[in-house]
Amino acid sequence: MNNLGLMISLLIIGVGLFWILIRSIQGREVERRIIFIFIGLAVAAPILFKISFSEKATPIVKAVYDQIEKLPANSKILISYDYDPSMAPEVGPMTDAFVRHAMAKGLRVYIMTLWATGQPLIVTAIDEIIKKEFPEKKNGVDYVNLGYKAGGSGVLNVIITDIRKMYLTDVNGVNIDSMEIMHGIRSLRDMNLLVSVGGGLPGVKEWILFAGDPGHIPTAGGCAAVTAPLLYPYYPNQLLGLLGGIKGAAEYESELKKEYPRLANAPQPGIKMMGPQTLAHLVIMAFVVIGNITYFIRKKRS
Amino acid sequence: MKRQVPLIITFVVGTILVVSVFFPPVERMGEDFSLFFDIIAVFAFFLGGGNLVRIHGNRLYKQQKDWGFSLVTLLGFFLMLAAGLFKIGNPNGITGDVTATGSLFQTLYYRIFFPLSSTMYALLAFYVASASYRAFRAKNREATILLISAFVILLGRTPLGTYATGWIPESFSLLQIPNLAIWIMSSPNLAGQRAIMIGIALGVISMSLRLILGVERTYLGVDNE
Amino acid sequence: MICDSKLPVPLCLISQLLLILTMSSVMAVAQTPPAIPDSVTGPRPAPPTEVSARDFKYDRGEAIVVYWRASADDHGIGSVGPYEIFRALEESNDFAPVGVAAPGEYSFKDQGVDRGKSYRYKVALNYDGRAVFSEATAPVIPEMDIVNWNLLNLFVIGFLIAGAVIYFISHAKRGGKLFIRKIAGLEAIDEAIGRATEMGRPILFVPGILDMDDVQTLAGITLLGRVAKMVADYDIRINMPVSRSLVMTTARETIKEAYIGAGRPDAYNDDMVNYITDEQFGYVAAVDGIMVRQKPATCFYLGAFYAESLILAETGNSIGAIQIAGTAQPAQLPFFVAACDYTLIGEELFAASAYLSNEPKQLGSLKGQDMGKLVAMLLIIIGTISVTISHAWGNQFFMKLSEYMVKLFTVQN
Repeated sequence: MNNLGLMISLLIIGVGLFWILIRSIQGREVERRIIFIFIGLAVAAPILFKISFSEKATPIVKAVYDQIEKLPANSKILISYDYDPSMAPEVGPMTDAFVRHAMAKGLRVYIMTLWATGQPLIVTAIDEIIKKEFPEKKNGVDYVNLGYKAGGSGVLNVIITDIRKMYLTDVNGVNIDSMEIMHGIRSLRDMNLLVSVGGGLPGVKEWILFAGDPGHIPTAGGCAAVTAPLLYPYYPNQLLGLLGGIKGAAEYESELKKEYPRLANAPQPGIKMMGPQTLAHLVIMAFVVIGNITYFIRKKRS
Repeated sequence: MKRQVPLIITFVVGTILVVSVFFPPVERMGEDFSLFFDIIAVFAFFLGGGNLVRIHGNRLYKQQKDWGFSLVTLLGFFLMLAAGLFKIGNPNGITGDVTATGSLFQTLYYRIFFPLSSTMYALLAFYVASASYRAFRAKNREATILLISAFVILLGRTPLGTYATGWIPESFSLLQIPNLAIWIMSSPNLAGQRAIMIGIALGVISMSLRLILGVERTYLGVDNE
Repeated sequence: MICDSKLPVPLCLISQLLLILTMSSVMAVAQTPPAIPDSVTGPRPAPPTEVSARDFKYDRGEAIVVYWRASADDHGIGSVGPYEIFRALEESNDFAPVGVAAPGEYSFKDQGVDRGKSYRYKVALNYDGRAVFSEATAPVIPEMDIVNWNLLNLFVIGFLIAGAVIYFISHAKRGGKLFIRKIAGLEAIDEAIGRATEMGRPILFVPGILDMDDVQTLAGITLLGRVAKMVADYDIRINMPVSRSLVMTTARETIKEAYIGAGRPDAYNDDMVNYITDEQFGYVAAVDGIMVRQKPATCFYLGAFYAESLILAETGNSIGAIQIAGTAQPAQLPFFVAACDYTLIGEELFAASAYLSNEPKQLGSLKGQDMGKLVAMLLIIIGTISVTISHAWGNQFFMKLSEYMVKLFTVQN
């Protein structure tokens, strides 16, 4: 089914592109709406026909995986959901993978967000992943949802020295001092690993600048593909690893699938989305070639 | 006086924030000023919300052009406000978490806000294609190099890059497209990004000094003296 | 009461005394923390040695660092359990756990201490379910330091750059000549506003999506002042949708002052600047709608942008507007360059206001910034050459030079 779907998709798109190429040779520019239709087809077809590809983790992604792997049980990992629903399709798979990995390793997970719109995303993650796939894990013992605080990097400036200046209760109003998971936690420096996932401001860079680097706390990140190049300067010294875009998420999910049979049947949205990304990239490349052909033909004629 | 006071505040706060980095006794003051800004920003929400309601309410009342959009804006605004403020439908009532499962706020968030935001973000996929079609023309040598790099990155971000050049022996592994894509992003691209970032950092220092010293006052609406 | 009138008084007193003693001992046991488990039967592993604790330097007196040498039975990561650190006040023997060292680490920074109090530490090694403790350290008191000497290099570099900026400002005030290259995007502002005047269509000004605490927004607002002055002079409409309330109030003041300065206070209207929403894509959806309905002749995007940059630029392109963009977000610059007519790249945005003012003081600050860049370029060249030579030929001088440069530009904490 996968191969048949792939062949049908490629045939439709290929024929269409060939037709556009003929028109371009005749000197006609491609209207932007035609481009939009082809991109729509390129993205929809792999989803409808369930086309997917296998992935191998690159060193920058493997570094994050290995760091979480080497943490002993009951180590403390903080995951910050620094994104909103618009970015959730791209970076959501990363947070899901991190939560699954941390739960499977028996780590203590501290969840928070610097974005107001990140809070409902945390609730969904807890309901859909922790409560359903790890029902033995307890709130207040194995994980805690600290929720959102306004202030962006200002929040980090404060909780790097004293977490209770910002958080006295969790998101449900429960006093954090009554939670076993918060015993002995005075600030971010008590964490064994900070993971920030996001693509805007505040995001991974703010976590490095205001928490990870000044506090000498190992920091990892996940971000949108377009933001990843900006974070490469911090790798590997201030940022021990980075998942960039859907490809990064897909690579991480592949590693998890290999090492944790328990998670083999868990949803893998990153791997699923590589199909649309691959076809869309091919279509963009085809249009760039067609655009250049049109350009050179016009140049020759004039 | 109207212009002197903001300049004095800017000078004092700016200087303290710089000094607090180097002198631990003053570090707490720097943190406090960050908190002050957050508090002011939160109160400013009322100004913005009030302005939104006033403008769209006025447009609706006078039935000006496109008043239908103003009606939608106001309905959305008040519905979300009520759902969050009164925690309508929350299992634990008004004392529970505003985003609790089953609440009207959560429902509106996931059924309306989430798909709309994702749709806007998804527009980028189409716009990247149309922008690439227009921008990547091999007009000169630099544009051609840019075009080839773009092709390598586009292929390198997909499994096809691995399939296409996986046969290249390990000794020439840099020529495998995924490795080449990573090299382009982490070497020449990174060099350019770092150069831009160094320039930006210096520009920020210069602009900040102008603001702290009161040389730059256009943001106050006055001509610089 | 145990005693009642039926028991003899001495018996009653003795039984009460016994009861009190029993209850006291129970309460004492309940209040005493459980004894720290020591090794059970079997060969004891060697404890960690040379345990010492020092005040963490150049902070507010809220941290102590504990160091130790690995146990003789520690043969690397995974061979023994983690090292756990215990702390007690000097006058007490009650050691409580404060943290676990990461695998392979032989130091631990304890940030749960209070300034001025004296503490002692022990390090315990977990080995096959048993724990063995080191000797306690000498007492250590965390103290606040007045100056963070770790940041001396940062202070010196910052001082030099700021000094260069201030020097050139005063040089320009004294009448020194300064050359500034032409910036196409800024030269085009007049032309862009002129186009809007001829077409009788409004101008759209988007100051980015961040708040007033971001320097890019400030740069955008300073440019707004200049644009608003021209708009007031030419009597064209300006529409400025914003995504932050504080930006709205500031922008209103800026535009109002521009209209007053142009002698046309009656033409100003508060509704020129209107708040949309803080939410990124809600904001860009609204701005796109404004662009498609009002069809502005000129669009300015000057400030901090994220993913919405391409959406704005492509929509502006589709309505045929002339677009001038400027941002210091390196990830968004390629989108603006591809889709806009003119783009101010990074520092050009911060230089824009000074450039347009043509005032010596402001232009002087640009020169200071350029000096900083010149120094950065020289240091990059020297650093690259020394690292290359030291790696290629093992030259000791260049090796020391490159190590020194790395140390000079590393911020320690």
